[in-house]
Amino acid sequence: MAAVTALRSSCRAAGRLFKLSDIGEGITEVTVKEWYIKEGDSVSQFDSICEVQSDKASVTITSRYDGVIRKLHYSIDDIAFVGKPLVDIEIDASKGVASEEDVVETPPMSHEEHTHQEIKGHKTLATPAVRRLAMENNIKLSEVVGTGKDNRILKEDILNYLAKQTGAILPPKAEIVSPLRKTEAVPAAPKDKARRVPVPVSRPIAFSGKDKTEPVTGDSECFTGFQKAMVKTMSAALKIPHFGYSDEVDLTQLVQLREELKPLAETRGVKLSFMPFFIKAASLGLLQYPILNASLDESCQNVTYKASHNIGVAMDTEQGLIVPNVKNVQVCSVFDIAVELNRLQSLGSAGQLGTSDLTGGTFTLSNIGTIGGTYAKPVILPPEVAIGALGKIQVLPRFNGKGEVFKAQIMNVSWSADHRIIDGATMARFSNLWKSYLENPASMLLDLK
Amino acid sequence: MVLQSLKNCLWLSCVLRTPKACFWSTAGGGLIIQSVSNDVYQNLAVEDWIHDHVDLEKQQILFLWRNSPAVVIGRHQNPWQECNLRLLRQKNMKLARRRSGGGTVYHDLGNINLTFFTSRKKYERMGNLKLVVKALKALRPQLDVHVTDRYDILLDRQYKISGTAAKLGRTSAYHHCTLLCNADKFVLSSVLKSPYKGLKSNATPSVPASVKNLFEEDASLTSEMLLDAIAKEYAVQHQTDHHITLINPADETLLPGISNKTKELQTWEWVYGKTPKFSINTCLNMAYKDSVLEVKVNMDVKHGKIEVCNIDLPEQWLPPGLYSELVKSLTGSKFCPNEITALETTLLRMCPRDEELHSRWRLLCENMIRLL
Repeated sequence: MAAVTALRSSCRAAGRLFKLSDIGEGITEVTVKEWYIKEGDSVSQFDSICEVQSDKASVTITSRYDGVIRKLHYSIDDIAFVGKPLVDIEIDASKGVASEEDVVETPPMSHEEHTHQEIKGHKTLATPAVRRLAMENNIKLSEVVGTGKDNRILKEDILNYLAKQTGAILPPKAEIVSPLRKTEAVPAAPKDKARRVPVPVSRPIAFSGKDKTEPVTGDSECFTGFQKAMVKTMSAALKIPHFGYSDEVDLTQLVQLREELKPLAETRGVKLSFMPFFIKAASLGLLQYPILNASLDESCQNVTYKASHNIGVAMDTEQGLIVPNVKNVQVCSVFDIAVELNRLQSLGSAGQLGTSDLTGGTFTLSNIGTIGGTYAKPVILPPEVAIGALGKIQVLPRFNGKGEVFKAQIMNVSWSADHRIIDGATMARFSNLWKSYLENPASMLLDLK
Repeated sequence: MVLQSLKNCLWLSCVLRTPKACFWSTAGGGLIIQSVSNDVYQNLAVEDWIHDHVDLEKQQILFLWRNSPAVVIGRHQNPWQECNLRLLRQKNMKLARRRSGGGTVYHDLGNINLTFFTSRKKYERMGNLKLVVKALKALRPQLDVHVTDRYDILLDRQYKISGTAAKLGRTSAYHHCTLLCNADKFVLSSVLKSPYKGLKSNATPSVPASVKNLFEEDASLTSEMLLDAIAKEYAVQHQTDHHITLINPADETLLPGISNKTKELQTWEWVYGKTPKFSINTCLNMAYKDSVLEVKVNMDVKHGKIEVCNIDLPEQWLPPGLYSELVKSLTGSKFCPNEITALETTLLRMCPRDEELHSRWRLLCENMIRLL
């Protein structure tokens, strides 16, 4: 107990009032704009403490000492005075404990350490953070080679020491490694960055990664408002009874057609991909099977057949999965669709899609093939009742009518539909029709409106 | 002109064969460098890099740079308060937050930027600005230009042609300023006018001023002439070679780590997230079915994210469950139109299939986006 009290008073004596130093140009006061640390944090010499502003000059104030922040004398937007205390830092002169509570529960190991240091006749310099790290890993500071200024032990030294450990409990070493003298000082570039990046401790002993639970709601850094909304939507979506139907489509003729039409589209300033063809073919199919372009109300009493074919195209953006839609595909030509897709894609990548682009969809196609994969099980986006996922186009061997093997461009499609109002036969017939338009693009000409 | 640039390139290629440390510590008192890039983020990154890595005890540096159209806000400012973000997005104009203090400026190729790097001890803005004025007067003696005690440079005693800001670190400091040669004043005034009402914050406000281009005073002046004159005066005052070295802000050998600095300056967290806490208290006037609904909105935004959100809708205008979902999703969301649009359109999928309700929801969303 007596040792603890002595430690307490010695800590108090080691406290320092860190005054705001001269800014220059005769400036006497500044406004505190941002704190990079808070009370209780450990700081090393030259770490950034706060940002202050005076008359168009933004100044980064760095710490003069190693220690623990005990008190901030100002809040954000307060006026701070040159020459007056800015923060109180408890300087780590001898013992290394981070907070008052730790003082009471001084572990026995560090007590020996203390004696050990006295015997050795010199103090081992290390910040409280470094000492805590050593203690947590049961490392004796005297056995670590310090590479910092004045043979100070740094975090890197502890980590290097750990890396050399084999994992077995080492017998107490007889020889004591004397710290090597290094002529280079620790580089002390002032950091403008607010937080010090925590250095991961490499533990060769046992994996002790912990699970991390975060609330989805609330202001957790990981889940944006959009992602929270997606969680809700997905939960609602999966209440719809899905059934799947997949098929493969031979796009050999379409690939050729697109090659021919690409330059023509380019002269008109438009990039022509396969999507406009897929979308137009889907719309032609929906004319024959309008139930796939419908919506079921909550009570499952009424089905609304939507007149417009607003076909959504799933896009992967920084936000996540966004689905803008092309409006009224039933009255658009393939070229019109291509123009609109270009517009939506550039807005999507600039993050400027508007509300009307993102609402009103009646049917969706998801081109997951651009990322990879063949078969998928897409999730229907309410209030729609069907969705198609397109895999990547692969060159595969197929047999033609004469029994000969030829090179075919094959793409797989996976449909999901709402089984409450759509049956397997309807889905299959729609898929066959859509497939026939794409395998035989000339046949689209007959039915184009 | 071309010959000079060629000479510079040759000199630079010789320099690059030597270790970069030699480049940054010339024997002379001053080094004059000019950026070959017009990208505001790259150029700001060069400033950061020099501030963090170069020892300015023995020598000082003058950095000359120009940017393609961009708005640059000060370290502690609020972009919603300072400029028309909607207009910036429409024009696809860049927004950058610099590390120095001060107010908001508009940059284009008709504006030149000068950064004076010194050690912390030698930081002195008045001297730098007087150097610029001296250079201008040497070029055109009839120009009425002088430095005010607010560190502005005024033309004809009334028009601001230069604004100043500074950054001080532990051992180094820099003072940079703009100089209007031939900037687009029309675009300048339209982008620097904020349409957002009801914002309350302690962010540093800008002080609007009447501006004029030097070109308007003397049509024979060009940016190149001004840059050259200033470099010449700097060279004289620092007893160094009147030699401008071109540097490429994308050069990792000369500026190791520069691409990380450039990337950081472009992150949402830096540009918008560093906005000091602010609140919005405003009214949405929504035209709905022959009448206008006045909907009070108040929000607290911290680190660019919505901390608290209140929308005062008429009772039962939206089903209560939907309203609470909206508020819950908005809380913690970035104060950013892209995020909020995505959020709101996704939640719409959960709405009951009611045309009336859907049109109300869309109306509310479109009006809310106007706040951003």
